[in-house]
Amino acid sequence: MTPLLQVQDIAKFYGARRGCEDVSFDLYPGEVMGIVGESGSGKSTLLSCLAGYLPPDRGEVIFDTRADGPRDTLSMSEPERRMLMRTDWAFVHQHARDGLRMGVSAGGNVGERLMAVGARHYGDIRDQAVDWLGRVEIAADRVDDKPQAFSGGMQQRLQIARNLVTGPRLVFMDEPTGGLDVSVQARLLDLLRGLVREMGLSAIIVTHDLAVVRLLADRLMVMKDGRVVEDGLTDQVLDDPQHGYTQLLVSSVLQV
Amino acid sequence: MDAMIEIEGLGKSFTLHNQGGAVIPVMAGAHLLVARGECVALTGTSGAGKSTLMRMIYGNYRASSGRIMVGETDIARAAPREIIALRREVLGYVSQFLRVVPRVPTREVVAEPLLTLGVERPEAIARAEALLARLNIPQALWSLSPTTFSGGEQQRVNIARGFAHAFPALLLDEPTASLDAANREVVMGLIEEAKARGAAIIGIFHDEAARARVCDREVDVGAFAPGRAA
Repeated sequence: MTPLLQVQDIAKFYGARRGCEDVSFDLYPGEVMGIVGESGSGKSTLLSCLAGYLPPDRGEVIFDTRADGPRDTLSMSEPERRMLMRTDWAFVHQHARDGLRMGVSAGGNVGERLMAVGARHYGDIRDQAVDWLGRVEIAADRVDDKPQAFSGGMQQRLQIARNLVTGPRLVFMDEPTGGLDVSVQARLLDLLRGLVREMGLSAIIVTHDLAVVRLLADRLMVMKDGRVVEDGLTDQVLDDPQHGYTQLLVSSVLQV
Repeated sequence: MDAMIEIEGLGKSFTLHNQGGAVIPVMAGAHLLVARGECVALTGTSGAGKSTLMRMIYGNYRASSGRIMVGETDIARAAPREIIALRREVLGYVSQFLRVVPRVPTREVVAEPLLTLGVERPEAIARAEALLARLNIPQALWSLSPTTFSGGEQQRVNIARGFAHAFPALLLDEPTASLDAANREVVMGLIEEAKARGAAIIGIFHDEAARARVCDREVDVGAFAPGRAA
């Protein structure tokens, strides 16, 4: 099987300071990988490099494109990469307002991404938008409301609908449940798990919440000071951590 | 003999980096052979390493040395995605504790292994409901999350989930521990049916009568203590 994403030797420096370095891994279709580490460990820098938001200083991010097979996304032309980001890739931001257009209705937010890939028929776009709002548990009578009128959890679900409506194959998520109430988090986790399974999505999830990765991720990468210190099967890394830093991280979680 | 699970020269030690780098060897030279249709009980005193061995077979603990063959896969060397595929299709595990996403209804929790395998939803739900009924979980609870259930009910939900798919290999960690006589009998029946269809089973049973009834052999894990292995 060809990996969906092959990451080779990614490095990013901010001046002399290391953002991330020596990061390599393969992600296969249907796999969900978690990246954990404390603030400043380089996990968000790495995600931005992978998703094309930040140019790395070194390395390759090879994506198995539908049309041409494996291609290095870093050496693609700008229009090509933007097309990829609108179709096969999706990015769920921690703050929904970074991923939504706050002045546009909920239906418009979802429909806009469909139009970006060529949908033109208004009735179809609206139907699909309503269908997707339903899948993320937003009632059809809210389709014309703007995201400002939504709660934080609803905004996050709307952002997910906007991202998944084009049927992407790879989703990048940056702290998708950060800043939400725990009850809202649980609902969102359940939703994400169902969507990942039904759509066969691959995902890379950056979080500092070990409970989130245990429930969502098949594999786990632990970062410290910009480097990967341990990786493997999620439950194995959490239950039998090999590296001193991972042991510290796991043993620091408060039990409820 | 048609071996489904084959363990050779298995060793395990824990290194505690934050406690002076202490290295604690817990197992050496472990070996075990389980055929299709056979149920083997792991025995030994508390702390002898029964659960550790079981967790290594499931890939939850990393083996320090040796080989753990389940079917064609060596768990000790397999990549995460190979272990995930094995757990989805071949190797089931009923742990002592249920771990679920909050808010997910019980029938979904039980049907999930089947849905993950691509079984059609109505069929998966029907199988889940049949198992829940057989394990005497009241129908009124099926649409609720099991997080608020009693210990015994959670354990039965866990068993239903573990037996939803007909795994060729099964690991059972005290499946009858907190069950009443009637439910214990149901679990015995599930284990006997799994054996009859050719599943290889490794179990930890503190209940001696249960062990004597379903297990073909006992293996004392104490023999794999470091320093005792030849």
